[in-house]
Parts: sequence; C-alpha cells; structure tokens
Amino acid sequence: MTPLEVYERVRERFPAAVVEVVEKGINPFAVIDPAAIIDVGRFLRDDPDTAMDCLSNESGVDYKDRIEVVYHLFSYRHRHGAVLKVKLPRDNPTVATAETVWKSANWMEREIFDLLGVTFEGHSDLRRLLMPEDWPGHPLRKDFVEPLEYHGISTVRDSPIIRLDAKKK
Amino acid sequence: MSEFSTEEMTLNMGPQHPSTHGVLRFIIRADGEVMREAIPDVGYLHRSIEKIAEKVGYHGFMPYTDRVDYVCAMFTNQGWGMACEKLGNIEVPKRGEYCRVIAAEFNRLASHLLSVGSMAMDIGANTPFTHAIREREMINDLLEELCGARLTFNYMRIGGVAWDLPPGYREKALAYLDHLEPILDEYDSLISYNKIYVKRLANIGIISAQEAIDYNLVGPNLRGSGVKWDIRKDIPYSVYNEFEFDVPVGKGEWGTVGDSMDRYMVRMREMRESCKILRQALTKIPDGAVLAKVPRNFKPPAGECQIRIESGRGDMGWYAVSDGSGYPWRVHVRTGSFAAMGIINKLSRGLMIADLVTLIASLDVIAPEIDR
Repeated sequence: MTPLEVYERVRERFPAAVVEVVEKGINPFAVIDPAAIIDVGRFLRDDPDTAMDCLSNESGVDYKDRIEVVYHLFSYRHRHGAVLKVKLPRDNPTVATAETVWKSANWMEREIFDLLGVTFEGHSDLRRLLMPEDWPGHPLRKDFVEPLEYHGISTVRDSPIIRLDAKKK
Repeated sequence: MSEFSTEEMTLNMGPQHPSTHGVLRFIIRADGEVMREAIPDVGYLHRSIEKIAEKVGYHGFMPYTDRVDYVCAMFTNQGWGMACEKLGNIEVPKRGEYCRVIAAEFNRLASHLLSVGSMAMDIGANTPFTHAIREREMINDLLEELCGARLTFNYMRIGGVAWDLPPGYREKALAYLDHLEPILDEYDSLISYNKIYVKRLANIGIISAQEAIDYNLVGPNLRGSGVKWDIRKDIPYSVYNEFEFDVPVGKGEWGTVGDSMDRYMVRMREMRESCKILRQALTKIPDGAVLAKVPRNFKPPAGECQIRIESGRGDMGWYAVSDGSGYPWRVHVRTGSFAAMGIINKLSRGLMIADLVTLIASLDVIAPEIDR
C-alpha cells in the first residue's frame, strides 16, 4: 500500500480523526487529531492489510507556533510505511502515549519529553532521558536559552585564541 | 520467589566501567547474583548534536555526524548526505556512490571486528580482542588513505565523497581482503566454537522475532532473532542493488533463536558478506566524477524527508526538516543502539549479573549513539 492509500483507509475507519493529508512532498503525511492517535495507531497495527508492526521513529518538532509529534510507522510484513503527525499547542503539549501500541515508543517518548517538553499521558516511566533531572527547560525548543552555569559548572568557556592574545599583551 | 530469596541489593555499574563500551550506567537491583532489574541511565555523552545541526547549516554539520557514532562514522556521514540529497533532489555520480559503498563496507568490517573482539574480551577471553584489533588497524590504515582520518572520517559530502580513491587503492584493498578472509576462519576456530564461549552466549538474552520488531531492534540484533531484513537488500539505497550478497540470520544453532550467540554469529557472517560486496565494488567501480555540483550555500526547498540506511548497528533513520533556509529546521537521528538500550531493562530480569555484560556486548551498544 502507498502511504496515501493507508491514509484513505484510516479516513474510512475514523472519518473525524484525519485532520488533513498532505500529499505533496517527499514523504506524504497525515495529520491526526491528538485525541484519536492511539486508536488510529492500534487500528493500523492490527488491521491485516496495513499491519504496521513497527514504530520506526518517533520525534518531535518545534514550529514556534505549535509542536508536532511525528510517527514513522513501518510494516515488516508488507514492507510499506506511513507518517502520522499530531499538532499540539506549545504551552503544555500533551498527547496519549503510544507505548501501549508499540513498546519502542517508551524511550523515544522519554527523549521527546526531555528535549521538547511534550507530556505523554499514561506513559509508564516518564522521566528525563538525556538531560540531568534538574535541568531547566527543554533544549530542542526554539526559544531555549542555555543557562550560563549548572551547579557552579560554567557552560561557556573563553575562546582559547582570545586567551592567547591576552597573554601576549 | 523461592525460599532462597534474600535481601535485595542495589548495585551501581558504571558510568566508568570497562564493559559498557563508553560512558553508560546501570542501576542493578539484584537478589544475590540474579538480577531483578537493570535500569539503564544514559545521557553522559549527550552533546545535543541535533541542536548543533540547527546552528551550523547543512555542509557544516557533516563533521558533527561523525560524532554520532564514531565506531562507524561512514554511515552517519552517508545518512546525513543522503538526507540532504533527498531534500535538495541531488543525484550522486555513480563513482561517488561506489566510493561510498567501499568506504562504508570497510567501516562495517571495522565496526563488526571491534564488536566481536570486545565481546570476547568482555566475557573474559583477552587474546581474540587483540587479533580483531590487529585487523581493524589495517582497515583504519586503508580508510586513512582514503580520507586522512582513522576514526572520525568526514569523508562524504552532500552530493558524493570528498576525494577519489588514491592511485593503487584497488590493489591494496583487494590484497587486504585476501588477507582478511582466512583470518575470519581462523577467528572462528579460535573463539566462535570454543565451548566456554558458546556456553556463555547460548540461551542468554533471548529475543523473539515479535519482541524484536515491537522494540524496534534493527540490524544484526533483529536478524539474530531470525527476521531476514536488511535495508541494503529490502529497500536498496545507493548502488547496493548491483551487488550480490546474502543476509545471514540467526538460526539458533547452539541454543534458541535470538540468543546472544545468534547475534554474535550474524556479525561474524556479515563480515564475509561485506568482503563479497567489497570485491564486487572494487572490480566494478566505473570512472567519472565523485562529487556532484552542490552550491556552497546549500538551501534545499522547504519540506521534510526520512531516509533509512543499514549502518553497522542496523537501520539508522534520519529525519530532516527544511524550512528553505540555509540551516535545517530540525534533524533527528534514530540509531540502532538507542533501540537496543530500550530492551535491556526487560531482558535483564532473571539474568545473572555476569550475563548483563554478555547482553550489552551482544546488542553492540555504543554509548555516543544512544545519547547523540
């Protein structure tokens, strides 16, 4: 099945869930209503014609006016894929966890929570993955400003070239 | 638990531990020598490479991709190159693609040699490691001739590769393959069929095919579970459809399908397949340019793409979003080690503490690739 056929199938099953399908571009994608994403995912996994048994990639993108969570699905049985997206508000973005459908979502959602601040409801272990637990903010947000120090450790350093110049004088 | 249950212990393993292949920490809850759970704690090597991409532009990001996975940096180079080429709709010259395949397959050999060698060392057999490293050094020499670097290559560019093969490279490379193939057999007789070694690996950390797909395991870890899937073969990219090679899968010869021994054997067999590909590539390489004309101020049209390549640690997915400017809006790389780390907690339950080392080594986890 081509991705567009997959999205058509989703639309037949959940008419209200598909917000839009973007056909042009390298990878056509479907924007799904955040409230329905888990039902859609489970349907795509369990339907024998789509059989998306693998969540190949889950990532988040900050678009300044919204945050998108992108799901790259793949089926090992039929060798086809699909891209689903949910659009979330930038303040307090929340969506249900895909962990109940694909186990691999566990860590990928922890990473998105850590770096973009998206809360995944129902996640079994939603802790920061990469950054320290007390780190302020979410680094992959576009408006993130790196703090000058962390527990007394400076996060900036003088340019060694400037330091050399200062020595010469 | 049985009547032998004792008080639960919490142990700390790492971040500085010789068998964790980088800076990686586990918190182990154990009852005697049997683990109840091993909780991975990652992030010690987090450099936010994805954020750096947003600041340095398309060409400028290439050297940084080396640092995503320094054990097989050619693949991260190629992944980023391919993502940009797809966004900008650039075609790589044929000879450039062949150069990429040659560099990448040599890198795969180096990566697998390191993996199987360090696996033997983690388990307690020190000599095979030195043998594997000896051969890997020669590959490093070959790659150094190609690009001047031994670890972080920065060899590929958007639109091809930076330099053509140096004169006499084909003969040197073929001579090395003649040297390596008997060594692989020797390696097999030295360690692969060693009874102690097999006993340490067989039936440890069994992953079923269903589980492997559910946890998104990729590459040798997925094939070790019996799933015949290789991006090079099934979704061919570059010029891989022009070569003949097999995709080895785990068969459970010494235990159960999907145990650590299967993953080890898949890597051993893949090295022979890489040799096959290299021989074909080195003999079939066409003449011509190696680098397409790409503007220095590369601005791909707004859009997004995902590409998948088969790295030494399996299917590596690059997701790139362009907004039409000279800087990528967002880059995400989903790596093999990241997925492999997600399953360790589950597999560790009921294992002996000593077998955790086997498990990590058999999944071929490279710490910088998890954290990026």
